[in-house]
This record gives sequence, C-alpha cells and structure tokens, in this order.
Amino acid sequence: MRETETWDVVDTDTWDEAPDEAAYTDTDPDTWDATDADTWDDAADETAPIAQVRDDPPAGERWRTVVRTIGELLVTAGIIVLLFVVYELFVTDLLNGRRQNDLNQQVHEQWSQETPSSSSPRPQVPGDAFAVLHIPRLGEDYQRVVVEGTSHAALKDGPGHYSDSAQPGEVGNLAIAGHRTTYGSPFRDLDLVRPGDPIVVETADSWFVYRVLGDPATGDFDTDPSGIKGLEIVTPEDVQVINPVPDAAAGTPPTHAYLTLTTCHPRFSAAQRLIVHAELDGTPIAKADMPDGPPALTEG
Amino acid sequence: MYGWIWRHLPGGTAGKALLSLLLVLAVCALLLFVVFPWAEPFLPFNDVTVDG
Repeated sequence: MRETETWDVVDTDTWDEAPDEAAYTDTDPDTWDATDADTWDDAADETAPIAQVRDDPPAGERWRTVVRTIGELLVTAGIIVLLFVVYELFVTDLLNGRRQNDLNQQVHEQWSQETPSSSSPRPQVPGDAFAVLHIPRLGEDYQRVVVEGTSHAALKDGPGHYSDSAQPGEVGNLAIAGHRTTYGSPFRDLDLVRPGDPIVVETADSWFVYRVLGDPATGDFDTDPSGIKGLEIVTPEDVQVINPVPDAAAGTPPTHAYLTLTTCHPRFSAAQRLIVHAELDGTPIAKADMPDGPPALTEG
Repeated sequence: MYGWIWRHLPGGTAGKALLSLLLVLAVCALLLFVVFPWAEPFLPFNDVTVDG
C-alpha cells in the first residue's frame, strides 16, 4: 500500500504541471507523502478537489496500470518457477515412490505366477517391469524395479533398460539408465560405488551378481585387467559405453557379461554422463537355491 | 491484474477471499498436473541416457 501512495504522488507531480515551484517547497523525496501532495495541490488550485484531479488524467493512470501489471506478471512468473522447482524436487519423488511400489508388487506377483518353463525370454513391452536392481552400496534395502525402455515416460517409473542391450546374465552388455535427480533419483549416489562392489540384478528365477570393475585393493577404477574403467564420466554422445564390449568398437564380439549404468553428471545438470561398468561375477544363482538373495546383497 | 480479478469476484470480502483461495489452488493443480509434466521433457536436466 505504501508503494501505491508513493506512485500517486510521483504521478501527481508529473501530470499535474500546474503547481508552481514556489508553492511546492518540499523537494525532499523522503518526505513526499499524501499529506504533502494534498497540501500543495490545494494551494495551487482551490477549485479542483484532489479526487477529481486523480480521476482526470488518463495518461498517468494508464501508465500506472501498465507498470503495475508488468510487476504483477513478473512476480507471478517468479512464483511459477519456484513452484516448478518444488514439483521437480519433491512432487516427482512422491509420484515415483508410488509407482515403484505398484511396480514392485506387480513384478513379484507376475514372477510368482510364472512356472519355471515359461521363464524363457518373453516379448518385452516398453514400460513393463523388467528386473529388480539391488545396489547394496547405496543402502542395504536399496532396490528399484527396472522398466523396459529408456523413453522419458519409462524413466519416470524407474531405471530403464536400453532396449537393444543384453538381457541379465547374457554375454554382452546389460545397459540401464536412471535419474540422478527427480523421480526418486535412483542413481543419485551412483558416484559412491567402489571397485568390486556388487550390483545385483534379480529376475523371475535368478540372481545375477555383477561387480564394479577396477582394482578393489587400491580403489582405482582405471586398472581393471579387462581395460574397461569401472567408473567414467563421458559426454552425452559417447554411445560406445553401452556397446556389447563397453568402450570397444561396436562390432567387437563380446566374451563376457557386462552391466553398464548411465545417469547424468554433475547432479542437476545434463552436461555429462556418469557411467558405471560392472562384470558378471560367477554364474547366475537360481532363486530356488537362495530365495532371500545371494550373500553379495548383505556385503559391506 | 490481481486488483481487477478481486474487483470482479462476487460476494463480500469473505466470499472473495474464499474464491481467491480456490482460484489459487486450481491454478496450482493445473500447473502441477498438466503444465509441468508437459514442459519437463523440453528441459535438459533430466537427460540420463547416452544417445548419438
């Protein structure tokens, strides 16, 4: 309200050019207020009541409306941007949490209904639950349902399986993308993994234990005997990281089963990609043998 | 703009206040469930895949 009054006075000063300077002696802007304006207006022209003067001048009034509307629009835009930040940082997590719960229930129901003979690779529909990913380093109970496909819509639900990449346990490269921020941030702390860390993929009837490449003794990602780095930061165009042999030429025939996780880097940016490579450790473990999961799940 | 809306809302001060609150909530819902999900793919910070 105070602001408006200030505008009033300033406007009065510009459009009402009548009052002579002698009558208007108070030139200190700090003391300009409605009372002052009234005083000098009345002195200048006794016959023109202040209310009428204010209704009269269309130009000043119009400018005031324009400026006020611009101000209101700018404030509104600021509030909308803030609301968007709230949406991204909190609401998407809520949505994803609910979706992951549903998917988790769904996938376990589906698995329990499947007879062992029907567990041959079934056609995968984009967006369908694909497998469950466990990364003990990110929390003992860390598990996310991986969905098929890496479309924007699929990744809202959970980490997504690159459709052309290998199946769990298959020789080649099983590649999975996931959000670093927003939508549950499944790969937020992916940079915390260390060489040798287990990454466990759970399917209808098996557990697959992959281990992050690198030297577990020194913690150096770059000295794995395979020559593949356990963790690397690349540009978004570096598609060779999800090749059947990671970082090798596209045609190189794979001899091992790899797992590659991709997410954005740094957090809150998409300038680069954070990549984690792992290799299958041993053979798949049948769920029938270990219903509660392999010992790797509770390591560390 | 807000003054114009306030003047055009029917009712007394209490009614206007209630209607204003409803309007604010409606706009928030529209933004959260329609506008933001639509606008999101155009923003870069959700890109997590590698693609050529």
